[in-house]
Amino acid sequence: MIAESGHYALVLALGLALIQSVVPPLGAHWREPALMNVARASALAQLVFVAASFAALVTLHVTSDFSVANVFENSHSLKPLIYKITGVWGNHEGSMLLWVSILALFGALVAAFGNNLPLSLRTHVLAVQAFTAAVFYLFILTTSNPFLRIANPPIEGRDLNPVLQDIGLAIHPPMLYLGYVGFSISFSFAVAALIEGRIDAAWARWVRPWTLMAWIFLTLGIAMGSYWAYYELGWGGWWFWDPVENASLMPWLAGTALLHSALVMEKRDALKVWTILLSILTFSLSLLGTFLVRSGVLTSVHAFATDPSRGVFILLILCLFIGGSLTLFAVRASALKQGGLFAPISREGALVLNNLFLTTACATVFIGTLYPLALEVLTGGKISVGPPFFNLTFAPLFVPLMVAVPFGPMLAWKRGDLLGAAQRLLAAGVVALVAIAIVWAWQRRGSALAPLAIGLAIFVIAGALSDLVERTGLLRMPFAIAARRGRGLPRSAWGTAFAHAGIGVALIGIVCETTWNSEYIATMTPEDTARVAGYDLQLLGLTQAQGPNYREQVATFMVRRDGERLAVMTPSKRNFTTRGMSTTEAALLTRGASQLYISLGDTTSDGGITVRIYHKPLVLLIWFGPVLMAFGGLLSLSDRRLRVGAPKPAKALGGLQAAE
Amino acid sequence: MRRLFAAAYVSAALLLSPAFAVQPDEVMADPAKEARARELSRELRCMVCQNQSIDDSEAPLARDLRLLVRERIAAGDSDKEVIDFLVARYGEFVLLKPRLERQTLLLWAVPPLVLIAGAMALWMQARRRATSAHAQPPLTAEETARLAQLVTGTAAADNRASKTL
Repeated sequence: MIAESGHYALVLALGLALIQSVVPPLGAHWREPALMNVARASALAQLVFVAASFAALVTLHVTSDFSVANVFENSHSLKPLIYKITGVWGNHEGSMLLWVSILALFGALVAAFGNNLPLSLRTHVLAVQAFTAAVFYLFILTTSNPFLRIANPPIEGRDLNPVLQDIGLAIHPPMLYLGYVGFSISFSFAVAALIEGRIDAAWARWVRPWTLMAWIFLTLGIAMGSYWAYYELGWGGWWFWDPVENASLMPWLAGTALLHSALVMEKRDALKVWTILLSILTFSLSLLGTFLVRSGVLTSVHAFATDPSRGVFILLILCLFIGGSLTLFAVRASALKQGGLFAPISREGALVLNNLFLTTACATVFIGTLYPLALEVLTGGKISVGPPFFNLTFAPLFVPLMVAVPFGPMLAWKRGDLLGAAQRLLAAGVVALVAIAIVWAWQRRGSALAPLAIGLAIFVIAGALSDLVERTGLLRMPFAIAARRGRGLPRSAWGTAFAHAGIGVALIGIVCETTWNSEYIATMTPEDTARVAGYDLQLLGLTQAQGPNYREQVATFMVRRDGERLAVMTPSKRNFTTRGMSTTEAALLTRGASQLYISLGDTTSDGGITVRIYHKPLVLLIWFGPVLMAFGGLLSLSDRRLRVGAPKPAKALGGLQAAE
Repeated sequence: MRRLFAAAYVSAALLLSPAFAVQPDEVMADPAKEARARELSRELRCMVCQNQSIDDSEAPLARDLRLLVRERIAAGDSDKEVIDFLVARYGEFVLLKPRLERQTLLLWAVPPLVLIAGAMALWMQARRRATSAHAQPPLTAEETARLAQLVTGTAAADNRASKTL
């Protein structure tokens, strides 16, 4: 009964979405506010029905109703409650349902909080949003229905893939989807602007908070996924340039570019056409990511060919949206008037440079991810494109970008003074040089590039700080005045500084982890001691334990440094009986921002066990950086100009627009 | 025959439990050679895995390849010779960083081309704008009149506003 209700609610949501994508634009065409306002009510109702459908699936998972195929294949009655809930989106059908739930949520948010939007713009935005939703409801209902029943219900389920039974992966997909799907709002705004043939600075001001919100979630989602891979997959890697990761990185790169270009558009009414194009591209890349992950094309082109129903459907969606929106763009973009002028050396110029490098980086990831697929389909040739390729092509693009980062906020709008900016960054440059010298003198092993990279990271951080110092006048004025000026500074200025510093912090972590990481691989028997990076790790013993739905072998290590006891670490290996699969649960000991990392391998016949012990210096900075960036985004989101008054267009204009 | 048994035993052991990449018994005695082997392993793909290098992979095939790499290094091969040997045996697919060839030309060319094309487009646009900004035609008589009217209109409105204050 619950399954059928959930299914029915989804069908109703589809009906509402179809109404919402057809009736309101007709209303806009006939200038009939009553019809246009249908969008608002139906967007809210859609959320209610999709949420009901999602709640139904959660209920089925929590109550372990194995007569539903989706629950049978991904759950087990002994699974802990939290993983029964998160297991809902740990599979294809459930994750697609989460996808549309978030899409409906964003649509409802625009409907609920979009009161200050011109009526016709809101109507078109909601219609585009509903059209996207309708297509995906149709996809779920025809190819990926999570509510299908099994004729003869089994007694027990097959359990969720044990690698996914982890708190990190419980939170990662919703965050990532909030990011992916959040970009649908900027897409809908862009398409609505193209349909209306009108776009102005106010448009950018409406779009920016949504883009910023999506970007914050995507940043956190990617960082969380990376940390999950680091501790769960058991070999201490944190970024693999895997196509699935690339699929999330591409919208992030395009979204970051979009954030910056929307800024130019908002402040200076320039880069309109480009911002529209980026909005379309960013969401297209989100859709592409969904296609890559959900169609099975990544596992193998042949797997895609043998069961193409889902893949072909998503491919059609992809063509429809990307092709359709780009065609609309080609037809209508020339109608958009070009805005404010600026000199190449200016804040706008710096943001354009940022966009150039971010877009190129995005194109690099794009070609590297899709080239092997395309080559195999076209010529049958099989090649691999992996981390060495991306490291080689990505780094040269990011180095100039990072050098330029501190200059951007120092330049004035319209016409900047590069020499003046350089003078204000002198202190940051000196700090960076000192850092290079210190690291150079200190390092005993590692590449010659490492100190330079650290210097670059310090330059970015110090540059962000000097911008704040400059604006508050910290060194020129008494502290009390500077503090008052700091409080008076727009939140977005603080946000910029935090976000930019975050990139530097992450870079320090990346360089330290890859260059000065120590590794110890050996077979250990109880009482053996391993010495890694100045730590003594003694294996005390091996024990067996029983978890709710697994058995585990636990090794106990005593960690000492200079004879002083620090902690006990207990890495384990879990064996999940239902699927006969095992996971390694690495033990982590955090010391400052550095970590000791132990993961277990096989036991040997003489009572020993193979272990891998790593010391990863400053590794936590890799994820602390993105957290700082997201915090910067949050500060910027709370800026006054995005909250009050500003988005309202001139009163007279607003009246005219409704009647257009 | 004994080697076959050993291989079967090793793969069985690896399949049954989650081993991790490099095993203690694989490590070469010479640290310099081991470091070279690790560097090379990171550039080579485990062909039965999804996008994993043989250095990261737990699959039996990856272990075989790791041992092969170490065998070749022990036999005195240079890095390039090891790579050539593996490509001859397993094809280009084994390389995680494809070599620049006819079929990978586009792959390597796209990043620099996008950057150059983008930079060119920006430069041309900046030039076009600079010239068009200079070549702005002067205001027509009609526009001047309208401007004057607007300015005086605003001034009048300002006067009214200041009077009410």
